[in-house]
Amino acid sequence: MDLDGLSTAAYIAASALFIRSLGGLSNPETARTGNVQGMIGMALAVGATALLLPAAALPLLAVVVIVGLAIGGTLAQRVAMTSMPQLVAILHSFVGLAAALVGFASQLGGERPTGPEGIIHSVALYAGIFIGAITFTGSVVAWGKLEGKISSKPLTLPGRHMLNLGLVITVLVLGVVYAMNPEHGLPVLLAMSAIGGFLGWHMVMAIGGADMPVVVSMLNSYSGWAAAADGFLLQNDLLIVTGALVGSSGAILSYIMCKAMARSFSSVILGGFGAEEGAAPAPPAGGPVGEAVATDVDTLVKELAAAGSVIIVPGYGMAVAQAQHPVNTLTKLLRARGIDVRFAIHPVAGRLPGHMNVLLAEANLPYDLVLEMDEINDDFPETDVVLVIGANDIVNPGALDDPSSPIYGMPVLHAWEAARVVVFKRGKGAGYAGVENPLFVRDCTRMLYGDAKKSVDALLAGLSAES
Amino acid sequence: MRIGVILEQWPNERRVSASPDTVGRLRGLGFEVTVQAGCGVGASFADAAYEAAGATLGDPLTADIVIGVRPFPVALAAGARPGQVWISHFWPAQRKDELQAWADAGVTLVAMDQVPRITRAQKLDALSSQANLIGYRSIVEAANHFGRFFPGQVTAAGKVLPAKVLVIGAGVAGLAAIGAARSLGAVVRAFDTRPIGEQIQSMGAEFLEVKMKEDGDGGGGYAREMSPAFIAAEMALFLEQAKEVDIIVTTALIPGKKAPLLVMAEAVRAMKKGSVVVDLAAESGGNCELTVPGEVADVDGVKIVGYTDLPSRMAEQASQLYGMNLWHLLDDMTRPQGAAASAEQANAFRVDMDDEVVRPMTVCHAGAVTWPPPPTAAKNPPQVVKPAVATSAAPAARVAKAPAKKKKSGHGHAAPSAPPSKAAMATLPVAALVLLALGPFLPADFLSHLMVFVLAVFIGFQVVWNVTPALHTPLMSVTNAISGIILVGGMVAITATPDDLLSPTTLVAALAILLAMINVGGGFLVTRRMLAMFRKEA
Repeated sequence: MDLDGLSTAAYIAASALFIRSLGGLSNPETARTGNVQGMIGMALAVGATALLLPAAALPLLAVVVIVGLAIGGTLAQRVAMTSMPQLVAILHSFVGLAAALVGFASQLGGERPTGPEGIIHSVALYAGIFIGAITFTGSVVAWGKLEGKISSKPLTLPGRHMLNLGLVITVLVLGVVYAMNPEHGLPVLLAMSAIGGFLGWHMVMAIGGADMPVVVSMLNSYSGWAAAADGFLLQNDLLIVTGALVGSSGAILSYIMCKAMARSFSSVILGGFGAEEGAAPAPPAGGPVGEAVATDVDTLVKELAAAGSVIIVPGYGMAVAQAQHPVNTLTKLLRARGIDVRFAIHPVAGRLPGHMNVLLAEANLPYDLVLEMDEINDDFPETDVVLVIGANDIVNPGALDDPSSPIYGMPVLHAWEAARVVVFKRGKGAGYAGVENPLFVRDCTRMLYGDAKKSVDALLAGLSAES
Repeated sequence: MRIGVILEQWPNERRVSASPDTVGRLRGLGFEVTVQAGCGVGASFADAAYEAAGATLGDPLTADIVIGVRPFPVALAAGARPGQVWISHFWPAQRKDELQAWADAGVTLVAMDQVPRITRAQKLDALSSQANLIGYRSIVEAANHFGRFFPGQVTAAGKVLPAKVLVIGAGVAGLAAIGAARSLGAVVRAFDTRPIGEQIQSMGAEFLEVKMKEDGDGGGGYAREMSPAFIAAEMALFLEQAKEVDIIVTTALIPGKKAPLLVMAEAVRAMKKGSVVVDLAAESGGNCELTVPGEVADVDGVKIVGYTDLPSRMAEQASQLYGMNLWHLLDDMTRPQGAAASAEQANAFRVDMDDEVVRPMTVCHAGAVTWPPPPTAAKNPPQVVKPAVATSAAPAARVAKAPAKKKKSGHGHAAPSAPPSKAAMATLPVAALVLLALGPFLPADFLSHLMVFVLAVFIGFQVVWNVTPALHTPLMSVTNAISGIILVGGMVAITATPDDLLSPTTLVAALAILLAMINVGGGFLVTRRMLAMFRKEA
C-alpha cells in the first residue's frame, strides 16, 4: 500500500473538512456541525500522519497526544465564559511556540536541500520561527493583560517605533547571515528568536485594553501564518492550507474590529492609544459640560415598569461583574410583562470579537433578541429606556460630534436618542480608551453607580416586589 | 435640475407624486419644480398651494426628472427626451414588453416598487408606506360597512360584544390592519404562513396556526406558495373561523403571480349576516372567491369590499408619504453617503449604477433595459436567520410602530459586506508581475505549494466573511483548534531521525506536538461548550 498516497488523500479530506468547519460557523444552526467537522478533519490528519511514523515513535506520540488533549480538555471545561479572551490568547501562544519548535526541530534534524530549494527552505524555516516567536510572547502578554496580571495601560518606551524598526532590520540581516550558512545557523536562529520574542512582547505591551479585540484577532492571524510557513518548510500542503485559512480568518476579524472602532490597523498595532507620544493624554478640550445625575434602584424600577420598550447595551463591565445571568432573569421578567426587551451589541464590546454574544448565550438568552449595531441603531429614538451595563466608549456621542475626541469617527450605539438612558457604572472613571463620555451628562441620562451584578439583582428584587 | 410632477392618468387615481410640503423640501435641495395644473386636486392640494411652495405651473414632461405615482403610459415614451429620468411605480415584471420602448427613448426609468429591502432604503420604500395606509384604511372601510360597534361595551341599554376581526397575511398592511382594529377595540386574530407569531402578538392579535410544519417564507419578505395539503388545512381553518368572526381582511400577495384564493364561497356563506370581508388583493385577482374588483359585493348579507383604490381614498396622506419617499430618493441621488445636505445639491444629481439602492430600482438606463438587476448575493450573504417579515402588499415590517423591526436583517451580518479589497487589489497585479519575473528561477515544487497557499487564502476570506458577528468568539476558538494542525509538522519532523527517539529533533518535535494538542483539545471542546449555549427562542 502506498502510504504517501493514503496520507495525501486524508490531507485533502481534512482540508475540505476544515473549510466546511469555518463555513458552518456562519450560522448558529450549522455551527455545531461545523465544529464536529473540524474534529473529524483533525483526527484524519493526525491518523494519516501517524502512519508515516516509525513504529518505535508511536508510543511517544500517543503519550504526548493524550497528555495534550487532557490538558486542553481540562482548560476548556474549567474556563468561565467571562475568561474566554484569556483562554483564546493563551491557546494562541501555544500554537506560536509549537510553530517555532517545529522550525527548530527541522533545523536540528532533517535534510537540507540545496540550490533554490535550499534558499526557500531556509527562508520558510526562518520565517516560521520568527512569526512563531512573536505570536508566542505577544499572546502571553495579551493573556496577562486580559487576566489582569499585567497593567492594561499601554507601555510606551521612548523611541519605540525606531526601536522596533531597528530590530526588524536586524532580523532581516540575521536572515541573510543564516541563509548563507544554514548548517551552522542554530545560534543565529536563537538570537533571532530572542529578538522576535522581544518584538511580540513589546508590540502587545504598547496596546491599550480597549484594543484587545484587535490584538487577539491579529495574533490569531499570526498563528495561522506561522503554521503556513512551516508548511512551506516541510513541503506539507495540509499545513499550508490550514495555516492560510486561519491566517486569513484572523486577518478578517482584525479588519472588522478595526472598522468597528474607525481606526486603521496600523494605528492599533503601533499602539499607545490614548497616550500619544510627546503629549500626556490631554483631557479633551472643553470636556463635557454639566453634572452627571445619579439615580437609584427604586426610581429605575418605576421607569422600567412604565416602559414599553427597553434596549440593553452590555459591555465589558457586565462580563467583569458576571452580571449576565441576572440580566437574563431581568429580561424574562420584563418580557413577561409585555415589555419589548432587546440587546444592542457593539462590534467591539468586550475584549474579544463576539464576547458579549457568548456571555448572553451562556446565560441562556435567546440569540434572536440580541441585535447588532446596524440592526438596532435606528430604533433608539422609539425606545423608552436604555440600560447601559458596564459599557462606556461604545455609547459615547463624542465619537459622532466632537472632532477633538480621540474616538471621533468610531461608529457608536446611539443610546442617547432614547427617552431615558440609565448607565450602570462602577465608579466615576473614564472608559478603557481613557475618554470622557458626554453621554453621562446628557439630560436624558441617569447614573446608577455600583457593581453591575448587585445593581441588577437589586433591580430584580424591586421589580418582583412591585408586581 | 427641474422636476416635473404629472397629473395621474389612471382611472380613480387621486394621489399625486408631490405635495406642497415635499415640493418645498425639493426646492430646499435646489431643484426647480414644475407641476401640471390640477395634479393635486384629488389629494386636496390646490395649484395655488404648490405655487406658494415655490413650484411653477407648466408642462412637467419637459423637465429633467419626471415623477409620478402609477406607471407612466407607454405612449409617453415616444415624446420623452433622451437623458430624462422618469420615476414612478412600474412593476417591470408585469410590463416586460414596455421596457424596450422606454430604453429606446434613451430614458432612465426608476421604479419605486423595486426598492431593495435593506435598512438604508427603508426611508424610500414606497410599497411599505402605502401598505401601511392600505391596512389602516381596510379597517375603516370594514367599520363603515359593518353594522355594529367594534369595542365591546356594557351599556344601560344592554351588553355589546366586541367585533371579531380575522387578518389573513401579516405583512405591513396586515400588521397595520391589526393595529387599527385593535385600537378601535376589536378582538383580532391573524394568520400567516410564515413563523411570525411574535410580531402578530406584539400588535395585540392572537396568532392562528395551521397544525402542520411548513415554512412559508419565500425570501425577500414575501410568502411563497404552499403545498396543496397545506392549503387544504388552511382553507379548513378559514372556514372554521368564518363562522365565528365578523370581519375578515385578506392581504395575501405572491410577487408576480395571481393572488392566492384563500376565502372560498363556502366560507363567505358560513359568515353571519352583516359581516364584512375586505379583500386587499382585489387588484391582483382577489383572495376571496366572490370579490368583485373595485366594488362592494353583497352575498347573502355579507359585504365583500373589493376596492382597488384604497390609497386614493386617503389621497392626501398617501401623496404626502409617497412624496417623502421620492424626496428621500432624490436626496440620496444628489448627495454622497455621509455628506452634509446643501441647498445646491440638486446640481450633483446622477444615476449611480454602482449604488446598492439605485441600481435595483433603475429598470432602464442609457438606452438599455437594466431589469432584472444582477443578483447581489455577494452583498447579501446567505441568509442567516430568516428575515421574519411580511406577506401582503409589501415587504418587511416597517409599519412605524411594528416591533417587528427587530428582525429586519435577521442575524445577518452587519459587519462589512465586502473585503477591503481596493488596496489589496492594487497590489495583486504587482505580486503577479513579481511572480512572473521570478517564476522561471523558482523550483516547480515551491510554485505548486504557493498555488495551494494562495488559493487557501482566498477560500479563507470567502468563507470567513460569511461568519455572523455573534459567532466571532467560537470562530476564533475553532481556528485555534485547527491551527493545532502544526502538530503534523512536529510529526513530520520526527520522521527525520526515525531511529533515535532521544535525539534533540525528536524531543523538540514532541514538545511541539504536545503544545499543539493542547490547542486541539482545548479549542474544539470550548467551541462545543459555547455553541451548545446558543439557542433560539423556543
